[in-house]
Amino acid sequence: MKTRLLNVWSVLKLPLVAILVGFVVGAFCIMLAGSNPLTAYAALLKGSLASLPSFGETLYKVTPILLTGLAAAIGFRCGLFNIGGEGQYVVAAIATVGVAWSFQGLPHFILVPILLITGALVGGVWGGIAGILKAKRGINEVITTIMLNWTALYLSNYLVRTLLNPSRLLDKLPSGHTVAVPEAARLMKLKVIIPAFGYSSAHTGIFIAIGVAVLMWFILFKTTLGYEIRAVGFNPTASEYGGISSAKNTFLAMFISGGLAGLAGAIQIMGLVYMVNQSPELPGYGFTGLCVALVGLSHPLGCIPAALLFGILDNGSRQMQLAGIPKEINAIISAVILVFVAGALLLKYINVYFEKKRGAGKPRFKEVREV
Amino acid sequence: MSGVTVIAVIASAIRLATPLLLSALGGVFSERSGVVNIGLEGIMIFGAFFSVLFTHITGNAWIGVVAAIIFGIVMAALLAVVSINLKGNQIIAGTAVNLLAAALTAFFLELIWHRSGSTPICPDMLTSNPIRVLEKLPVIGDLFKQFTPFIYIAIVLTFVTYYILWKTPWGLHVRAVGEHPKAADTVGIGVYKTRWICVLLSGVLAGLSGACLSIGTVGLFREGMVAGKGFIALAAMVFGKWHPIGAMGASFFFGICLAIQIQAQSFGLDVPGEFLAMVPYVATIIVLIGVVGKAVAPKADGQPYEKDEA
Repeated sequence: MKTRLLNVWSVLKLPLVAILVGFVVGAFCIMLAGSNPLTAYAALLKGSLASLPSFGETLYKVTPILLTGLAAAIGFRCGLFNIGGEGQYVVAAIATVGVAWSFQGLPHFILVPILLITGALVGGVWGGIAGILKAKRGINEVITTIMLNWTALYLSNYLVRTLLNPSRLLDKLPSGHTVAVPEAARLMKLKVIIPAFGYSSAHTGIFIAIGVAVLMWFILFKTTLGYEIRAVGFNPTASEYGGISSAKNTFLAMFISGGLAGLAGAIQIMGLVYMVNQSPELPGYGFTGLCVALVGLSHPLGCIPAALLFGILDNGSRQMQLAGIPKEINAIISAVILVFVAGALLLKYINVYFEKKRGAGKPRFKEVREV
Repeated sequence: MSGVTVIAVIASAIRLATPLLLSALGGVFSERSGVVNIGLEGIMIFGAFFSVLFTHITGNAWIGVVAAIIFGIVMAALLAVVSINLKGNQIIAGTAVNLLAAALTAFFLELIWHRSGSTPICPDMLTSNPIRVLEKLPVIGDLFKQFTPFIYIAIVLTFVTYYILWKTPWGLHVRAVGEHPKAADTVGIGVYKTRWICVLLSGVLAGLSGACLSIGTVGLFREGMVAGKGFIALAAMVFGKWHPIGAMGASFFFGICLAIQIQAQSFGLDVPGEFLAMVPYVATIIVLIGVVGKAVAPKADGQPYEKDEA
């Protein structure tokens, strides 16, 4: 029992320390702004967890970043950096609006699955482009996914301005957002089921997200597909010798990863915002997803508490602002956690990795570099 | 299209290309030594903010430029520590730099000016042409009227970068470290030291690029003013095949796309602006695929180097 606990501690130590460091740096910044960190953090917790409606708001913030976190996590498990979660989210969101508008006559229980599948497929295809380029031509997925993020943003802005604009579809004045999705396409609010959720915007999307997290855990750890994806992530050359195609699994992992980020986009549209706005910037869910995956140790179930943490940081910032603390503190805390995770956590992994390799008397350098 | 419009578009393209070029040169240094620099965007944000802050404090925009360089180095040092010494993942480190820079500048904005969104206009800017003689040239004289000091700096630095990396022994060392760090280490080239210098140089250049965006263009800092320009710079570096002269060509090409996008209406061009905005990204993917001459990254780009201790 004791060794088991020690094992759990050795795994959780680094993300927990990273979070602690993040909050300590945050406390320092709060003092710099002339406030008391304890008051600030009390406001943070009060604003995000103290009542059912505020917890509901937190759940609403958790929903998209849990899904983009899972997207990043499955990429990591296959040794891939999908930093294209942003773009996959964006294309899926705009596609959801388009499809919902085209099929607006359909009843709720048929339209909702159609839209979820649309979002996942469109996001999957957007991620799959980077996957194919990596698998077939060895092109670094980091660069392609960055490029596809911005391509997606401008494509979405174009569709918002033209095809899906209220001026085209509803004979209204041109506006900076698309038409709203029909009632039948909207996910149910939690407050309809449990009135105690009050003003909160939480919707049933959170159950979908948690369900998907469990499903991803099952796929990654209990199926052949998951085993192959992890094998390729662990050592592509060795898996190739074992008959596991690294090209196929690279593509599949990017497709699934894109699909998860796309699902986030679809659910965000169906759950609360109902339309897409023109935007000069990427929405940021994909990057937060990277933080979620890293703090969640790239484990689908670990992503749940990690997403909750970043949801609390996001939602609590309003209450902190009311207490006179700049809202940017929370973004600083998130960024510091990421810096620490990038430095310390991966250092640890890499050291363990090298220790193992050294033990086996193998060379300590990864000489093969594709691009 | 009249001659005046052509000059206007070219001038606008050059002005828009300059921050991209400066940052892309930073990317060339960093990546040639084997460190992927996704954090260019964040370093630019830092440079843009601190150049404005110090211009406000001192009233002299050139001191603002120096501040941009210094704080660019500070941000780059964070990337260097994580990715070189701690052997952390360079992509995550770069992403962290981007998020941290955006959050910190927004925080400082709130702390110093008690407002969010943007700073007041600076008392001094660097938006006028420093070399007046060139304006007297026939035909292209009007072009130079639009030039800022940053344009001259960027052009000079492009050739300086080329000279350093391809014509000096140290440049050869840098490229060796980026291609095969172990071999470089074996012949006595300090891998860590070389990478550190290169990453800090990318901080200098991306910091300058940030100053170019703020005090070299609008004279203030606005949240979200960098809005992906660091990533276009990254695209310019890849499109230019990790080469300074190539990066210059790529930046100019991207600048023309942006300039046409801005001025499309003035000469009745009916191309949706969004598609012009997409060109840099799509073009970069096409170049990577290898349709028009394949772009290949330095071999050890992105790989942390583990020194053999014993």
